[in-house]
Amino acid sequence: MPSIKIPTPLRPYTEGKQIISIEGETVGEALSFLLSLHPELKEHFYKEDGQLSRFANIFLGNKHIITLQDLETPLLEEDILRIIPSIAGGIDL
Amino acid sequence: MNTLTLEKLDMQVDSLPARVGNTPLLPLRRVTLGLPPSVNIYAKAEWFNPGGSIKDRAALNIIQTAIANGDLTPKKRLLDSTSGNTGIAYATFGAAMGIPVTLALPENASKERIAILRSLGVDLILTEASEGPEGSMKVVREMLAKSPDKYFYANQYGNPANWLAHYQSTGPEIFNQTGGTITHFIAVMGTSGTMMGTGRYLREQNPQIELIAGQPTKPLHGLEGMKHMQSALHPDIYDAQLHDRVVEIETDEAYTMVRRLAREEGLFVGLSAGAAAVAALHVAEELDEGVVVTIFPDAGYKYLSNEELWR
Ligand SMILES: Cc1ncc(COP(=O)(O)O)c(C=O)c1O
Repeated sequence: MPSIKIPTPLRPYTEGKQIISIEGETVGEALSFLLSLHPELKEHFYKEDGQLSRFANIFLGNKHIITLQDLETPLLEEDILRIIPSIAGGIDL
Repeated sequence: MNTLTLEKLDMQVDSLPARVGNTPLLPLRRVTLGLPPSVNIYAKAEWFNPGGSIKDRAALNIIQTAIANGDLTPKKRLLDSTSGNTGIAYATFGAAMGIPVTLALPENASKERIAILRSLGVDLILTEASEGPEGSMKVVREMLAKSPDKYFYANQYGNPANWLAHYQSTGPEIFNQTGGTITHFIAVMGTSGTMMGTGRYLREQNPQIELIAGQPTKPLHGLEGMKHMQSALHPDIYDAQLHDRVVEIETDEAYTMVRRLAREEGLFVGLSAGAAAVAALHVAEELDEGVVVTIFPDAGYKYLSNEELWR
C-alpha cells in the first residue's frame, strides 16, 4: 500500500499520525482517501473555490506532483507521498 | 597593521556588534491613508542591522551571554536550528568573532538563505522538509547528545538571551523613539523573542500599552519566519498570557502589502514585515487616536525568488 507523510503542522488533524497508509491508484485518489479518513484536513488542502492550496505541496520522491501528472500521477505499492509546507520561494527540492 | 595605524591616528574604529540595534523608526504615510490624523503607524526598520534582520539582536546577545558565562569557549562550535535569519546573524558574528557555526535547517528553506549561509562559511545540515523546524531541532539535539563537548547549543527557541535582547534594546528604543507615547505594539512571532522581550519592557513602562501578536490564519501558509502557534510546538520562551490578543493574517493580504510597501512607501521589505503591516492596519482602523508601533524584521532581497510575491 502506498503511504503519505503528514507534516508537523497538520498532525493535530491526524491524531498525531506521521505516516498514513492510503488506498488509490493515483495521487488524486490517495488524497481523497486521506481526506475521508481525516475530514478536518480538507480545509488545509483546498481553498474555498475548490482549488488545491498552494501551501500544501505534494511531492512524490523529490518531485512536486505538478511536474509529474499532477493529481493523475499513478502510484505504485511502495510509493511514499510527502506533503511539504511551502516556505516562501523554496519548495523545489 | 591597519588597525594599528588607525589607533595611532586616534580614529574611531567601528565594529559589527556595535552597529546592532538603534534602528530607525519610520512612519507609514501612504498605506495608512484613510486613518484619522490622530492615529499613526510606525515601523522599526530592522534590516538596518548589519546582518540584515532583527535576529542580529537575539543572536549577538546569545553569543555574548554564552561567552560571558563560559558556555561558549574557543574550542566549541555554535550549533542551532534555524530557518534563516537567526542563522545569518550567527554566521555573520561567528565569522567576525572567529566562532565556527553549524546549523540545521529544513531542506525547503529559500535558496537565498541557503546561499547566504554557505557564503558565510556555515556548516549546513539540511533536514527532511516534512518534519519542518521541529525536525531540524531534533537533529541538532541528537548531535549535541553525541558530542556535548564539541558544541555550544545556542537554542534560540529556549534561550532567555533571545527575548532579553529585545527587553534590553528593542523595547527601550521604541519607548524612547516615541517619547513614551506608544499605545499599541504589534509583532509577528517566530520564536516569539521579539514579542516577549519588547512586550515585557513596554508593559513595565506603561501597563496601558496594548500588546498584539500577529499569526498566520492557518498551519500551512507562505509567511516565512512566522509560526502558527496553535499547530506548532510552543517555543520554551513563549508565554501566551503576555499579549492581549492575536490578529490573524492571510498570506495573500501580506503579499499584497509587501508590494504596496515597496511601491508606495519605498520600503522593500520581507514577508513578515508585510504581515506586520497588515496587522498594524487592522489594529489602527479600530482607533480614534493612537501611536501604533510594529516591527519590520527584514528586507525583501531574500524573497526575490518567490515569483508569486512580485508578480
Ligand atoms: C523574517 C522574520 N520575521 C519574523 C521573525 C520572528 O521573530 P521572533 O523569532 O523574535 O518571534 C523571524 C525570526 O524568527 C524572521 O526571520
